[in-house]
Amino acid sequence: MDLLLIKEGFPLLTFLIFLPLAGAVVLLFFHGESFARLWTLVITSLTAVISLLLLTGFDSASPKYQFAEAYDWIPRFHINYIVGLDGISILLVLLTTFIMPFCVLASWKYIKNRVAPFMFCLLIMETSMIGVFVALDFVLFYIFWEFMLIPMYLLIAIWGGPRKVYASIKFFLYTLAGSVLLLVAIIALYLKSGSFFIPEMMWQEYSLVFQVLVFLAFFLAFAIKVPMFPFHTWLPAAHVEAPTAGSVILASVLLKMGTYGFLRFCLPITPDATMLLATPILWLSIAGIIYGGFTALAQQDMKKLIAYSSVGHMGFVTLGIFVLNSRGVEGAILQMINHGVTTGALFLCVGMIYERTHSRDLALASGVGKYMPWFVTFLAFFSLSSFGFPGTNSFIGEFLVLAGAFDHDIILALAAIPGAVLAAAYMLRMLQKVVWGGTANPDQSYLTDLSIREIVVLAPFLIFVFWIGLGPQPFINLMHTSVSQLLDQLHHWQQHHQIAAVLWR
Amino acid sequence: MVILPELVLLTGALVFFVVSLGKTPDRNVAKFIALFFGFATLIAACLSYQLQATLFYGVYAVDQYSQMFKVLIGFSLALLLVSGQNLKGIDTSVRSEYYMFLLLSVLGLMMLVSSVEMIAIFVSLELSSFSLYLLVPMRDDRTGIRVQMEAGIKYILFGVMATGFMLYGMSYLFGLTGTTYLKDIVGFLSQGSLQPAVVVAVLMVLIGFFYKLAVFPMHFWVPDIYQGASNETTGFIATIPKFGAVALLIRFLTVPTGQSPFLIELLAVISVCSMFYGNLSALVQKDIKRMLGFSGIAHAGFITLGLLSMKYEGYGLAIYYIAGYVLMNLACFLVISNVSREGENLQIDDFSGLYQRQPVLAFILSVGLFGLAGIPPFVGFMAKFMILTSALRTDHLLVVCLAAINTAIAIYYYLSVVKAVYTVDPGDRPVVVVHPLIQATGVLLVITIVLIGALPAKFVDFASAVVQAVL
Repeated sequence: MDLLLIKEGFPLLTFLIFLPLAGAVVLLFFHGESFARLWTLVITSLTAVISLLLLTGFDSASPKYQFAEAYDWIPRFHINYIVGLDGISILLVLLTTFIMPFCVLASWKYIKNRVAPFMFCLLIMETSMIGVFVALDFVLFYIFWEFMLIPMYLLIAIWGGPRKVYASIKFFLYTLAGSVLLLVAIIALYLKSGSFFIPEMMWQEYSLVFQVLVFLAFFLAFAIKVPMFPFHTWLPAAHVEAPTAGSVILASVLLKMGTYGFLRFCLPITPDATMLLATPILWLSIAGIIYGGFTALAQQDMKKLIAYSSVGHMGFVTLGIFVLNSRGVEGAILQMINHGVTTGALFLCVGMIYERTHSRDLALASGVGKYMPWFVTFLAFFSLSSFGFPGTNSFIGEFLVLAGAFDHDIILALAAIPGAVLAAAYMLRMLQKVVWGGTANPDQSYLTDLSIREIVVLAPFLIFVFWIGLGPQPFINLMHTSVSQLLDQLHHWQQHHQIAAVLWR
Repeated sequence: MVILPELVLLTGALVFFVVSLGKTPDRNVAKFIALFFGFATLIAACLSYQLQATLFYGVYAVDQYSQMFKVLIGFSLALLLVSGQNLKGIDTSVRSEYYMFLLLSVLGLMMLVSSVEMIAIFVSLELSSFSLYLLVPMRDDRTGIRVQMEAGIKYILFGVMATGFMLYGMSYLFGLTGTTYLKDIVGFLSQGSLQPAVVVAVLMVLIGFFYKLAVFPMHFWVPDIYQGASNETTGFIATIPKFGAVALLIRFLTVPTGQSPFLIELLAVISVCSMFYGNLSALVQKDIKRMLGFSGIAHAGFITLGLLSMKYEGYGLAIYYIAGYVLMNLACFLVISNVSREGENLQIDDFSGLYQRQPVLAFILSVGLFGLAGIPPFVGFMAKFMILTSALRTDHLLVVCLAAINTAIAIYYYLSVVKAVYTVDPGDRPVVVVHPLIQATGVLLVITIVLIGALPAKFVDFASAVVQAVL
């Protein structure tokens, strides 16, 4: 079976990867501040518009990797430049390309010094993020995966808050340390399968011990990136100190790479180990959901609150992936998108408050509803979306995940329910404080409501909140074929390899 | 014509000898002569690239292998001379002598990569080493505590000891085989059964090369000499002589010791020890040259890992690795010698806010450091990755895992410099002024580091093919 649907003619994916890079190179030569802002906006918007071509050309009935391109790169080691797109990655690529213009807009006034280098880092980030989602060669994937650390590190370390040095180094060390063993696992897989081509590594007869070792190496790298409890400690630090655009990228795209990794690599490459180890991972997800909820409840810093809520939300995603049924996995992918939209928007909101009050403290931002009606309207919708209010996007995602979890194991699903309640608690607490506050509100009369630019930034997020919330079918259609193909193969595998999945029962 | 690069270097050294006899010339004269001969060497190496010959009764082989190394050496020499052209750490009155010994040392290395007979190897190695020993104490004695003298004496004493081991090992080889030609030794040893004495002899010879490469346990000279020598000299010690060491190591490891498991295991242990020792010690360094010295020990461990497979591919990868390492180190030392105002040593703190004081240098330094740390897409990553692949192919899983863990340790100290460069406030540290030519050289280095990192296929294939064809 040929896995690739080679794209003839215009190399669309390569163009999408390297357009931001080319834009970044231009910024090396022209340093003007307003030029840098405009240029980056143009490049990111152009990338976003061109990425729509993916949507029109995508055949959602085929589980193959589409828009594929393959070129020789390092023949001696069988390393090739292969990119392609399937139902799992297409939404993530689109999410990336569409988040970026808003990151640029959000930094329009927020970033005041060293504008050109900032934009340079953003563009480099975009290149490597798209690269990660479309790479079908493991070495290519790893290169994008690791390279991303440099611009992200610089984004936090140069333009971050007061504890930026600590946060950025922690981020870098954690993620790098997690992925060094990934490299060894990649090489080991190559030596077994004879190729770095990812689909060729899938569904091979590896021994169980080998699978478990590879799985653990994968797990460490991806769990740190997600971040799963108990590997989450870098996240609040990085989120809090990063500039708004950095937080948005981190929350909307970077965290998805971990869960994308689970789906793309763990399930098909190490199916036996996945089934063997799914149960402890599921319970870790539950722990993350509950822990994230409780910690978020106690936060005074709005960014920290949202960061911990991310830990909880990403717990839902890993929960959905490892229940290993189609509702769960589709819910998980949808939840990845939802989290990208909602949390990205929440970080943008916090950034807008911060630009005005220069504080992210809940107490100092309380009672702004009177002076910023537009702002709190947006904030209210995004908060509702964040805890999965019916009619918003997260409801669909969490509902599917929980439905999948009930199919899998009732106790597990029941254990996840408190997480949903906690989410409502901490989000409503924040909303209450920000909109109304109490009797002792600080004087907020100097605040101005959102400008047109800020409304333009937030409105598209709102559209997606309701679009996915009310009509999720087009999104699910995109991923359905690939997901069911993946799960069919997994169950087929399970039947033919009687593995001791009963070990944990 | 076949030894044109050597002749150019020799002429250069002699010219400097004549210059040094007269009154101290203007500082620019010495600089321009040096630059001229640096580029002339590069051009000569490129011109004589295709030539092949065996000279001097077969002790001196001009083949593709040696010519490839000569081009690499010539290229690095030219870059080194440009980037360290101000020679801040050396007093004006001894600059002619300094350049004379520098060129002689490079001459020794060029002869070394061509030598295929033990006496010739010894002579060229010593020519290169003794010139180098003299370069270290030539540092301007500004601090009055004469650390360069201490460094020089340490360097020479340790060096002589290593040479002693090497000579002793060579005498064993001669005693066992009755010849000093590597080719004949190989032929002789591959006939009969192998004796433990051969392993001992080869090991002793290897010690001499390990010393040059600074592999554990022959690493101990590194930190003090790196710190004691002037920035430009350290830039030289840290880069070009490594070519010679790797070239000779590869030539020598093909001496059939039956590829004894013992030797391979020993190399594996040495490699892991080097990495851990180098990386862990580098973590706590304050002086940037000491830090790079320890990082060099760790990188030498990686090169040993490449040799471990005892295959042509592994040798080719070792050459690729060392070429990349030298480029990245050159980039770092280019920045160090130009940030240092009067040739003083630099602490890591001294790089604070370099980004605001001189953005181009800050960029070059970060690329060099991230490259050394092995972050893609720089050459450091590709080299590391391919060496790990080749080592895992020969079933050294444990060593590969330990090496991977070392990458994670190493990132911390590289990152701490980048942190100082980009995030710390410069305070009252002055703006750094750099000649545009030096900036251009640095940018050229950066481009090379990225290019051969992103497109390594040709280089590795070529190096492996050359090793296979010649040895």
